[in-house]
Amino acid sequence: MSNQQKHWEKTRGLLFMTLAIWFVFSIGIFLFGAEMNKVTGPFGYPWTYWFTCQGSLGAFVILIFWFANRQEKIDEEFGFSEREDD
Amino acid sequence: MKGNFIDNLPRVYGIYTGGFIGFIIIMAIAEQMGMSAKAIGIAFVAFTVFIYALIGWLSRTAQADAYYVAGRQVPTVFNGMATAADWMSGASFVAMAGGIYFKGYGYMALLVGWTGGYVLVASLLAPYLRKFGCYTVPDFIGTRYGGNLARFSAVVVLTVASFTYVTAQINATGTIASVALDIPFQYAVYIGLISILLCSMLGGMRGVTWTQVAQYIVLIIAYLLPVFWISNKMGAGFFPHFMLADEVARIGELEQQFGFVKNAAADLKTVPKGLAGITKAHSAVNATPWAFISLALAMMMGTASLPHVMMRYFTTPSVKAARKSVGWSLFFIFLLYSSAPMLATLSKLSLIDPTLSTGIIGKSIAEVQSIDWYQNWNQANLMFISDFNGNGTLELNEFFMGGKAVVLATPEIAGLPYVISGLVAAGGMAAAMSTADGLILAIANAISHDVYYKIIDPKAETAKRLVVARVLLVVIGFAGATIAAMEIQGILGSVIWAFDFAMSGLFFPLVLGVWWKRANRQGAIAGMLGGLAAGTWYLVWVRTGGSGFLGITQLTFGIFGSAVSLVAMVLVSLMTQEPDKATQKMVDDVRVPSGRTVIGKQ
Repeated sequence: MSNQQKHWEKTRGLLFMTLAIWFVFSIGIFLFGAEMNKVTGPFGYPWTYWFTCQGSLGAFVILIFWFANRQEKIDEEFGFSEREDD
Repeated sequence: MKGNFIDNLPRVYGIYTGGFIGFIIIMAIAEQMGMSAKAIGIAFVAFTVFIYALIGWLSRTAQADAYYVAGRQVPTVFNGMATAADWMSGASFVAMAGGIYFKGYGYMALLVGWTGGYVLVASLLAPYLRKFGCYTVPDFIGTRYGGNLARFSAVVVLTVASFTYVTAQINATGTIASVALDIPFQYAVYIGLISILLCSMLGGMRGVTWTQVAQYIVLIIAYLLPVFWISNKMGAGFFPHFMLADEVARIGELEQQFGFVKNAAADLKTVPKGLAGITKAHSAVNATPWAFISLALAMMMGTASLPHVMMRYFTTPSVKAARKSVGWSLFFIFLLYSSAPMLATLSKLSLIDPTLSTGIIGKSIAEVQSIDWYQNWNQANLMFISDFNGNGTLELNEFFMGGKAVVLATPEIAGLPYVISGLVAAGGMAAAMSTADGLILAIANAISHDVYYKIIDPKAETAKRLVVARVLLVVIGFAGATIAAMEIQGILGSVIWAFDFAMSGLFFPLVLGVWWKRANRQGAIAGMLGGLAAGTWYLVWVRTGGSGFLGITQLTFGIFGSAVSLVAMVLVSLMTQEPDKATQKMVDDVRVPSGRTVIGKQ
């Protein structure tokens, strides 16, 4: 397998992982919205309510930065990262 | 100042922010000295619009690279701010807290959808489209799939989606300008339009970028300052986001105590159009999982397909920067979106809690009618009370409010000085203007670059192309304003439609263009036109009394459109020839960040 194929394989792996986490916070939690809302969540808000207001939103922000860092590492590993003066 | 403009950005915007805060303080002092509310409103809107116009003029350019992609040198954090302003429309600013206030959980699917979509943008599209080096979204479609028909189909989808969106934004600038400047809506719309064009006409993307950063700063101050102030004034908590659990619980208690009494149809007829009462629990789960998830999903996929957002990531210096910039965009959006539910909570509690001095439920009708702010907002057609049961006391089901009032009226109800209301008007104007600019530019650029330059006259010189781009900008702006002046649809409904149109036609052709090498021209054309046609058909069908299926409503028709798009694209691609070697090589090049852009300098 060429260098580029390996790079793409890893990139795709990262994509699936990112989408899996994304799925939990955008869809997974809300599949059981009514049941989870009876539980007291972070800061004392009802669980599902807190995730719709803040939790999922914040998780997405963190997820994107995490994804960007991981992808940069993959690019560096295979020598595909951009030169700074590009 | 030493060095070039880009190096000095933090200092330039630091001074700007300080200047704006200084302006707020001057206005506050002027209010104490007797400046009228109307004059303060005019000063806020006029001053900020003047600054944006000045930035627009300073950013004027005659170069194609600067006009279309701001010279590809916008640093990540600043591009994040510009995207956030581009993204958060007048609807987000003025109507979102109101939607949460009235509809609760079911409506908050929009919060999840309008943020979660950025994960798709970052992981599926933005870095690859940046590597591609295109000027517009149809530019990517046209080059990746080849052929004028593919390019033209993308322009059609882009125009349908963005134009649906832009009329709502021009409408919003008109509404705010008409209230703040006290002029009729039909004229205010054109004043709004001229302000919008002043930002984008001379500098194109460069002008829009630097005004959007300025507009973000105004709108975020205008949104957060009142939320924190009200929360502290009510004693609800120093940092509302972490401290309103008791208030949310208290609203639940009050809802139990009052009960949701259903009004008779005859009584409801007397309520002015557009106003609503509190009929849904504040923090309870009031939507089925599918209703919530389908709306969130439609907004997420729509986010990843809207060209005015995507083209912001063409302006970063590198692929790496494009990825990071998506994170910053969402962070800046998060600041406002996570505050909207807090504002809705504070607003609702301050109105319905009888133990608070601002609470009106349980007071006598005559007493409420004599309150100053009630009279003002009743006159503005945003508040209404009526003694349906004739007991002389205001009940929960006898109080009606417009969605915009949550943002516009809460500062006044909570007893904040008028200067805050002026600030909120300036913030709403900034939000609507920045989004309208991004949208008009997206349409005008697609038509000037993809239709005029790439299809009609490939030999046109830069100067001529930029003249065409600017003429189109004005024409599209006026077309949008003319339709906005007719006031056909509500602001929020048409915004949601724009997402559905975009995802119906563009989501899969864009994503598969990067992630599936086998996708070819025929498939992409089938996906774009088939998806758009299917989505539009479903919308018309449901609007004209069709029953719909699978719980897909007129707000989520994009789910159906994009499903048709995916099936059509995959089937047609597999039935026709695979793309040639050169195209496959192009896809390989897009997938690695290093090296030259695929299209090269245009």
